[in-house]
Amino acid sequence: MSLNVPTMASMMAQGETPDILFWVGCSGSFDDRAKKITKAVVKILNACNVKFAVLGTEESCSGDPAKRAGNEFTFQMQAMMNIQVLDGYEVKRIVTACPHCFNTLKNEYPELGGNYEVIHHTQLIQDLINTGKLALKGGSTFKGKKITFHDPCYLGRANDVYEAPRELIEKLDAELVEMKRCKTNGLCCGAGGAQMFKEAEKGNKEINVERTEHALETNAEIIATGCPFCNTMMTDGVKNFEKEDSIQVLDVAELIANAADL
Amino acid sequence: MISSIVFGVLLVGGFAFFTLNILKIRANILLGRDIDRTDNSSERWKTMILVAFGQKKMFTRPIPALLHFALYAAFIITQIELIEIFVDGIAGTHRVFKDSLAGFYTFMVSFIEVLSVLALIATIFFLSRRNLLKLPRLNMKELTGWPKKDANLILIMEIILVTCIFTMNGADEALFRQGLSHYGEGTTGSFGFTISSFLGDTVFGSMSHETLHLLERIGWWGHILMVFAFLNYLPYSKHFHILLAFPNTYYSNLEKKGKFTNMASVTAEVKLMLDPTADPFAAPAEGAAEPQRFGAKDVTDLTWKNLLDAYTCTECGRCTSSCPANITGKKLSPRKIVMDTRDRLTELGEGIRKNGKEYSDGKSLLGDYITEEEIWACTSCNACVQECPVNIDPLSIIVDLRRYLVMEESKVPTELTGMLTNIENNGAPWQFSPNDRLNWANED
Repeated sequence: MSLNVPTMASMMAQGETPDILFWVGCSGSFDDRAKKITKAVVKILNACNVKFAVLGTEESCSGDPAKRAGNEFTFQMQAMMNIQVLDGYEVKRIVTACPHCFNTLKNEYPELGGNYEVIHHTQLIQDLINTGKLALKGGSTFKGKKITFHDPCYLGRANDVYEAPRELIEKLDAELVEMKRCKTNGLCCGAGGAQMFKEAEKGNKEINVERTEHALETNAEIIATGCPFCNTMMTDGVKNFEKEDSIQVLDVAELIANAADL
Repeated sequence: MISSIVFGVLLVGGFAFFTLNILKIRANILLGRDIDRTDNSSERWKTMILVAFGQKKMFTRPIPALLHFALYAAFIITQIELIEIFVDGIAGTHRVFKDSLAGFYTFMVSFIEVLSVLALIATIFFLSRRNLLKLPRLNMKELTGWPKKDANLILIMEIILVTCIFTMNGADEALFRQGLSHYGEGTTGSFGFTISSFLGDTVFGSMSHETLHLLERIGWWGHILMVFAFLNYLPYSKHFHILLAFPNTYYSNLEKKGKFTNMASVTAEVKLMLDPTADPFAAPAEGAAEPQRFGAKDVTDLTWKNLLDAYTCTECGRCTSSCPANITGKKLSPRKIVMDTRDRLTELGEGIRKNGKEYSDGKSLLGDYITEEEIWACTSCNACVQECPVNIDPLSIIVDLRRYLVMEESKVPTELTGMLTNIENNGAPWQFSPNDRLNWANED
């Protein structure tokens, strides 16, 4: 099935206004693994006939990694340029599959003049299921499987979103198992605060290895994530233990797209 | 009469010295940059009542929370008895509230006694956890020396205080039974306090009345001397949290934890850069404030709330024990960041008091106390902020230190330089062309 990915520019040319902008983010646009998550989100949006659009080549980094790295100039330059583009298209609602973009757009853009309703993709999918727009096929592939959810820091602690991804996992008829550190006490995957783009400081262990241990202790068959960075870190962690055959790392959007046969 | 005078001098002296130290700390905190935390007072009161008064966040670890609560409740309730001690001390009376409060007096003192026993158990538990079990969180490098002594000293003072209460009440009980108490001279009876009725019999029952009178006075004076000592020890100690927890939670950050401050000074410059009509060489407006340093190099670059945080910290280390960097062996410890901020502020504040406002000792928080390696190990995951039982925010200090390094000194880890250049040049942290941003839509 080919994807229908309209851009804001093409919609505007046709005199149409989408209901929601899908902010893809840099990982979702360029990282091979994260692109699959992006496509899963689009499949869901297409299946539910959500009138959405992407910025495409007009999108630019939200500025999150620059801000966390202490470069407020680069962050605010990015933010103001993005706000000009978003406001140019009169964007009101934004959905994104990246908690870092989510946090920045939602919390840090308003003071710079960018006011939008920003939601995480798990919240949108939850809404689509709850309003009956998206149906999961009975006897889904995940029935009875043990799935553990790794809370992204910028979704959980940073923005208090804990339930939307968990509710979706439960809709799969799967068994949600929690790690010893979860929700408010969740342990970071190691990528936040611009760590994604540098080697860790000297220590005795990598953070993602520590976190993967937590996941393995649950005996889950799937580690569910809601962030492209966490996905990378947990995937690397699983490789570190050579457990690729027994445990998968998948985004909640991928689980849902799969269960809905998309 | 003499004892009333001695007591009066102690009372005035004790409070005066305490006030002096509080004013010093207040002046130090006000060395920080301004930040507005006066909005939304109803939410602020609510936070203070739940987090400081109700100790809500302590209860994520239930056993220490319960024991800590016993100590805290004993401390609060004992203040009622302290009022009587003040009145007795000045007026030379003995148990001045007993007759007027009657049954409630017995209940109140009994309640204090039960809480004191619980507090004693808690203290012994806390001491053994620190010194025998050697809980890792309470035996880290940053606690070597004074912080460790400070912690033990507080606990030992608690034990002495509780011992004094029971010596006082137990001896008085034994005296009252023999008709020798200064309460109701000549009459015999029992005070009926839950614990000391028992102690009055078993421990103090066989002692001579001279000994009992002496012990009762030792207990009474010991108690009040410990209170004054404790009060004046607080400003020098991590134990200061018993007071600062309240304002510190009131002035909590009420925003989402993920929201970092947007630096207004940067916004002004970025707007100038993006405005094609702006004159980059224009002289600054008449009366414009001198530009502040970007980020924080020293404590005076931090906000007063960061500095209040620093004095509020009781070094429990919940932040550090939840920090992903710390538990994987990196040098970063959020507790150390907060302790360093306090120690540097105390040092600088002392210098400013002696030498005036422009004083500089050539030292700074970043470099002399906190190293670059520590602040670059942070993942900004907010676990430390979440964990802190009194809503301290170590992360905002770390971020401000990073801002200084990056924007004032251009000291950035090499890989991050690449990331930043990529964002500036091609709008993504990696080296991809912005024209390829939508390629995913047409790939299999």
